[in-house]
Amino acid sequence: MGIEIRGINKFFGDFVALEDINLSIPSGQLTALLGPSGGGKSTLLRIIAGLESSDSGTVEIEGVDTTNVPAQKRNVGFVFQHYAAFKHMTVAKNIAFGLEIRKRPKDEVKDRVQELLKLVHLEQWSDRLPSQLSGGQRQRMALARALAIEPSVLLLDEPFGALDAKVRKELRDWLRRLHDEVHVTTVFVTHDQEEALEVSDSLVVINEGRIEQIGSPDDLYDRPASDFVLSFLGPVTRLGDHLIRPHDIEISRYEQAATATGRITRWTRVGFEIRLEVTPDDKLHPDPIQVVVTRAEATALGLHEGDQVWLRPQAGVEPVRA
Amino acid sequence: MRQPKTTGTYVRRGLVIAYLFLLVAWPVSLVVKHTFDGGLDNLQTALSDPDVVFALQLTVYVAVWAVVINTIFGVGVSLLLVRYDFPGRGILSALIDLPLSVSPIVVGLALLLTYGSTNGLLGPSLRDAGIQVAFAPLGIILATAFVSLPLVIRELVPVLHEIGTDQEQAARSLGAGPWQTFRRITLPSVKWALVYGVVLSLARSLGEFGAVKIMSGNIAGQTQTATLSVEEKYQDFQQGTAYATSFLLALIAVAALVVVSVLRPKENPDGD
Amino acid sequence: MTTEIQPAPGATRKRRARSATSLTRSSGIGLGLAVTWFSLLVLIPLALVVIQSADGGWQTFRDTLTNSQTAAALRLTVTQALIVTLVNVMFGTLIAWVLVRDHFWGKRILEVIIDIPFALPTIVAGLVLLSLYGPDSPIGINVANTERSVFLALLFVTLPFVVRTVEPVLLELDPEVEEAAASLGASRFTTLRRILLPALAPAITAGAALSFARGISEYGSLVLLSGNLPNKTEVASVRILTYIENGNEAAAASVAVLLLGVALIAIILLQVLTNAVSRRA
Repeated sequence: MGIEIRGINKFFGDFVALEDINLSIPSGQLTALLGPSGGGKSTLLRIIAGLESSDSGTVEIEGVDTTNVPAQKRNVGFVFQHYAAFKHMTVAKNIAFGLEIRKRPKDEVKDRVQELLKLVHLEQWSDRLPSQLSGGQRQRMALARALAIEPSVLLLDEPFGALDAKVRKELRDWLRRLHDEVHVTTVFVTHDQEEALEVSDSLVVINEGRIEQIGSPDDLYDRPASDFVLSFLGPVTRLGDHLIRPHDIEISRYEQAATATGRITRWTRVGFEIRLEVTPDDKLHPDPIQVVVTRAEATALGLHEGDQVWLRPQAGVEPVRA
Repeated sequence: MRQPKTTGTYVRRGLVIAYLFLLVAWPVSLVVKHTFDGGLDNLQTALSDPDVVFALQLTVYVAVWAVVINTIFGVGVSLLLVRYDFPGRGILSALIDLPLSVSPIVVGLALLLTYGSTNGLLGPSLRDAGIQVAFAPLGIILATAFVSLPLVIRELVPVLHEIGTDQEQAARSLGAGPWQTFRRITLPSVKWALVYGVVLSLARSLGEFGAVKIMSGNIAGQTQTATLSVEEKYQDFQQGTAYATSFLLALIAVAALVVVSVLRPKENPDGD
Repeated sequence: MTTEIQPAPGATRKRRARSATSLTRSSGIGLGLAVTWFSLLVLIPLALVVIQSADGGWQTFRDTLTNSQTAAALRLTVTQALIVTLVNVMFGTLIAWVLVRDHFWGKRILEVIIDIPFALPTIVAGLVLLSLYGPDSPIGINVANTERSVFLALLFVTLPFVVRTVEPVLLELDPEVEEAAASLGASRFTTLRRILLPALAPAITAGAALSFARGISEYGSLVLLSGNLPNKTEVASVRILTYIENGNEAAAASVAVLLLGVALIAIILLQVLTNAVSRRA
């Protein structure tokens, strides 16, 4: 159940947008499609919605083959990056649109719209036009509009991409809570790994039209299947022959069994974090190594710029061979 | 005001106002003045002349038909040009503007060569089928539709491009079919562009002269339109009537423009 | 060293425009109907003009165009249309500039005034000009029945073209670009020449082409104003009409084809010039 995608291929001219995509999205979960822009994740989402057609392959939504069903018959809720608000309609009218198309009785529409306005905290704004709302409010309206039709799946295409950082963070938390309340199968596309890691139950990393890895946020962060996944999900540095996250390096001013030694040549403080750059003594690997420690650790270890240090992976961390 | 006002600002402003005043505003106001020189006499004379009344009625009849045809054609072609991909789209898009660059006299000639009752390509067969085109209202409608053909399209196409397809796709994902999407989403979004295009078409249609002169045969009381009547009356030394008819034509055209420019909401540069 | 994420090789490539879809059955039928109507109304009639001009053979074509009265009419038409276009390029751009960048009471009225020549029936336009610049001129300027009347009439009817094509582009133009140029030390004049004009050039050109095409094809506004004096104020359209009235459709078609050709060449030429200008900038 949920969404079953089998053997999807999509070309734009001679550009391969999606190549043999097979994917099972379980019911009731919040799944993120993560990857760099232009990697094909939005195209995949639009194929699920029926807004784009695939060149081959099938899509099943809740056990029904929808490959050849037009978008308007799929009962899919879609939220666009730039909201796609109906600019000539009030907020309430926007939300009611799908219900009116379905010719639901007036009273029912009214009640449902009230319910949704409450859910997205826009009760005060029901008679405003979209142009009188902020970006975050507009996106909440778009979400309510998509939820109004009680979709079998909810699809969000970079839903917070056009918002500023603070609003994005708020909406992200809110979406997570909303999903816990509504429990509709939800797929959202993002290129922001932090957003994906924070919000989703499971993650699908897509790059250059192919699926790189599928798994829970912890799986992907701790056990990346490839260099690409490792480096896309967070900062990475090279320690000897291995790739490792900068905060997984143990640093010491005293001689110890070490993968590399060097001198601290740069010291940048960002809030509670201190980012160090260590220039290795090994002339064969002259690229500086990034190390991140907390301020408390730096004080405890007595680190200063110019110190000679010994570096090795922290216990329990398995670096990936480069 | 972003930039400070300098002498240059005032010079430019003055120059523009003077230019427009001398070229357009003053001359137009004089026609109004001439019309009302003897109070309402001119208008009364004109409106009691059966030929003038007939000409005005014919003009409105023809203009309404031409506008209806061009609106339906214009909306359809605009949607096809912007929303669909088909071979020859570029050529069609370029050819659509052609009528704006063709002399009305050439338009008349072209239509006469096609629909003329004796020598035209299609005229004789149409006449045998009982359809009189040249020197009849149908011919006048064709001539009028020709010259005002691109106006609706020129207004609609840029707006259709600008609103993009997001809203239409959202409507589709919410269950709206093609017709519902068009009527409830697309049409309201392009409403003002469409109204403006229709008003321009109407103004152009009411005022067409050269092409109609050739296609109509210009027979007073039968195929003479208002603009043709202005020419005849003026040359017949019935200048008061000519001024009055001109005033009525100008009034409709300018009033329509003013109403639209007042009603049209100020463009919201950033709707998102 | 932090490993940078390289964008996928295909990622930067432009994807095909998403908005355009291929034809469905109903839109295909719509396209068929539209093209049929367009052909019946515009394409077939215009093609017949071209065919008619070729019908009389090269001889008719040459005889018509070398007829001294026709040649004079063509010369007058093209010359006046060129001058008028030039004036429009300067004043049209200036008007557009003032309408977009200046703010003053009554600007909205000017906006309506700009559209009047477009909305006004051409025969009325002639009458309008005659009332200020004719024999009964209240300011004592009488251009009726002179070459200058042709210039005036064309100036009036072509007024909106450059203004209306330049205005939207000017509106879109980000003032920050000018401010950036100024902050980099460019003078007002340099900013105008290097930043503004190249950006506006395509729009000015398009407006100029429209205005020229309209200029050489004008008829209605001249009827009452210019007197249609042979070899003096008679324009090409009037010549065509005379040929039609004399039943000489081949000659009429010859002049018509020439007018169509000149309009076409002007549009193409201006397009090429614009491309050259924008490339150089």
